Amino acid sequence: MSGIPHDHYEPSTGGEKWLHKRLPIVGLMYDTLMIPTPKNLNWMWIWGIVLAFCLALQIITGIVLVMHYTPHVDLAFASIEHIMRNVNGGAMLRYLHMNGASLFFVAVYAHIFRGLYYGSYKAPREITWIIGMLIYLLMMGTAFMGYVLPWGQMSFWGATVITGLFGAIPFVGESIQTWLLGGPAVDNATLNRFFSLHYLLPFVIAGLVIVHIWAFHTTGNNNPTGVEVRRTSKADAEKDTLPFWPYFVIKDLFALAVILVVFFAVVGFMPNYLGHPDNYIEANPLVTPAHIVPEWYFLPFYAILRAFDGDVWVVIAASFLTGGIVDAKFFGVLAMFGSIAVMALVPWLDTSSVRSGRYRPMFKWWFWLFVVNFFVLMWVGAMPAEGIYPYIALIGSTYWFAYFLVILPLLGVLEKPLPQPDTIEDDFKAHYGKSSSTDGAPSATPAE
Amino acid sequence: MFKKLALAATLALAPVSGAFAAGADGHVENFDFSFEGPFGTFDQAQLQRGLQVYTQVCSACHGMQYVPLRTLSAEDGPGMPEDQVRAYAAEFYEVYDEELEDFRPARPTDHFPEVNAAGAPDLSLMAKARAGFHGPYGLGINQFFKGMGGPEYIASLLTGYTGDDKEEAGAILYENTAFPGGYISMAPPLYGDDVEYSDGTEATIEQQSEDVAAFLMWAAEPKLMARKQAGFVGVVFLTILSVLLYLTNKRLWAPVKSRTKE
Repeated sequence: MSGIPHDHYEPSTGGEKWLHKRLPIVGLMYDTLMIPTPKNLNWMWIWGIVLAFCLALQIITGIVLVMHYTPHVDLAFASIEHIMRNVNGGAMLRYLHMNGASLFFVAVYAHIFRGLYYGSYKAPREITWIIGMLIYLLMMGTAFMGYVLPWGQMSFWGATVITGLFGAIPFVGESIQTWLLGGPAVDNATLNRFFSLHYLLPFVIAGLVIVHIWAFHTTGNNNPTGVEVRRTSKADAEKDTLPFWPYFVIKDLFALAVILVVFFAVVGFMPNYLGHPDNYIEANPLVTPAHIVPEWYFLPFYAILRAFDGDVWVVIAASFLTGGIVDAKFFGVLAMFGSIAVMALVPWLDTSSVRSGRYRPMFKWWFWLFVVNFFVLMWVGAMPAEGIYPYIALIGSTYWFAYFLVILPLLGVLEKPLPQPDTIEDDFKAHYGKSSSTDGAPSATPAE
Repeated sequence: MFKKLALAATLALAPVSGAFAAGADGHVENFDFSFEGPFGTFDQAQLQRGLQVYTQVCSACHGMQYVPLRTLSAEDGPGMPEDQVRAYAAEFYEVYDEELEDFRPARPTDHFPEVNAAGAPDLSLMAKARAGFHGPYGLGINQFFKGMGGPEYIASLLTGYTGDDKEEAGAILYENTAFPGGYISMAPPLYGDDVEYSDGTEATIEQQSEDVAAFLMWAAEPKLMARKQAGFVGVVFLTILSVLLYLTNKRLWAPVKSRTKE
């Protein structure tokens, strides 16, 4: 599967040969697991395993939760309490599922930032990136619909707000919204279709994950230097790489175990910290909560959605130029979806020939500002839209778009990159060759 | 239709209510509860006292429809003997039985009744449905260190009456230092010695408030102790697993790393 030269599976026994001729499944698994992996991968390359774990955790806990849950507006909230009180281990299952969603998003954001910093999206890995963005969109859809299922106040009003976004589309918006909701407002039909899709989408995600892995197994992993693995010969490739099993499996599992320590501490000791108290009040269409806030992982985009109100000149200009078709609300919706669209298009917006941010002195600053900006947007998304907060949101949103649409295209032209190592092997040696021998090996001679 | 959507959108896109804009979040005292922290446990005597306050005071207006009466005998809850629970259910509550088509005394298998007194919310989940602590500046740091503050909010509310009231639109509102906005429609429910504790504890307003707040925390989160225990076991086992995997990983990579020095 991979373009990197490496040993392939050879069936040895009669039984293996018999099976291999008919269904090369062992060979497929062998090649997948033994894929040559750049040996200089750092700790930011562990998030993929964490994400795979999260998907499995969410599907397994979810399937069991469904056995006890009732998707009906009159019964859903009570069935959650039934899970919390009467089902054996039910409280733990539900808290694992609730906080599992948060861990999922922590991991996906770390994974995306890793890709943005080390240029993992650049040729030839654009397909991997695009598939990843699709997975991310589906994750957001799944998480949003899952949050509606307990039928608490935030479930209901969150659903009302988010489906209302589609209502902002000119001309057809109202019809689309009604179609999505299954009626004029969020009601039983909405709950049922959200439940159905919340169960379906994780399996679509699982399918896309396979494609995602297939794509980067074809191109090979990126690595912190951004320098490609040598493919001139198997011997050269082996100097740059190690097989995924056991080297990276054990490394990733170690990282996963450490992350799960924190995860279990949150689930065990503060399971509602990331939730909203209002969701322990049953949904009531007649009472609007004082302050509707989405889950923390949506906040940066919620901030972008709210940033463009009717007083911003771009919004006024857009409204004027389109004869009022693009009003402030629709502009906000476009900005929110656009913020993810520009991120998906980054393989073609970044003009630099250097892949890794490590060798891009100017890029580094803009990148870290982008990360800080992400957290500022997250914070401001949770604050009321009054006083100074809308201005902060507007500045943050502007920077988000400027980063992808202006800074990345220009940096490729303006920046003078630092010299890159010739091979991954050189980078690995530079990192580990220098350090004094700690494992007692008789290598007193200085490296190289 | 479009007007309604626009209204919903305005409410949604500018989620600021009058109460929030007024900035009148009440004062919530950080009470010390026995169930706080990673190793905190419910105080069984306190839960029983809290149940007494709920039964004799709160239950007149507030239901607890999600809490099954039988759970009062839970070992990691109030821990009442089963015959006591049966007697308690029969003595204090009546439920509508669809087979009898009539009301009958409650049994342990029933839930606490739902009470539809005007404006009195159900208390099953109240201790999780309110956050006593916020901020600072929306950063959630206070909740991280002090907890969500649900039971603290309840206790603060019950002890927060100043004694003043005002009439507004024909209803009497009572001044309360913990309630957002400063005025609450619930009349002060506790005056001191509202119940007589069998364990001899003095039934001051503060004592009763804390007891009922603790009881409501149990009602909202009956599996709290089991959860903390599971969390602790998980943390310990995963820490051991982490150490083992760290050593495995170190050993596995050592030859690869030392080879670079040759």
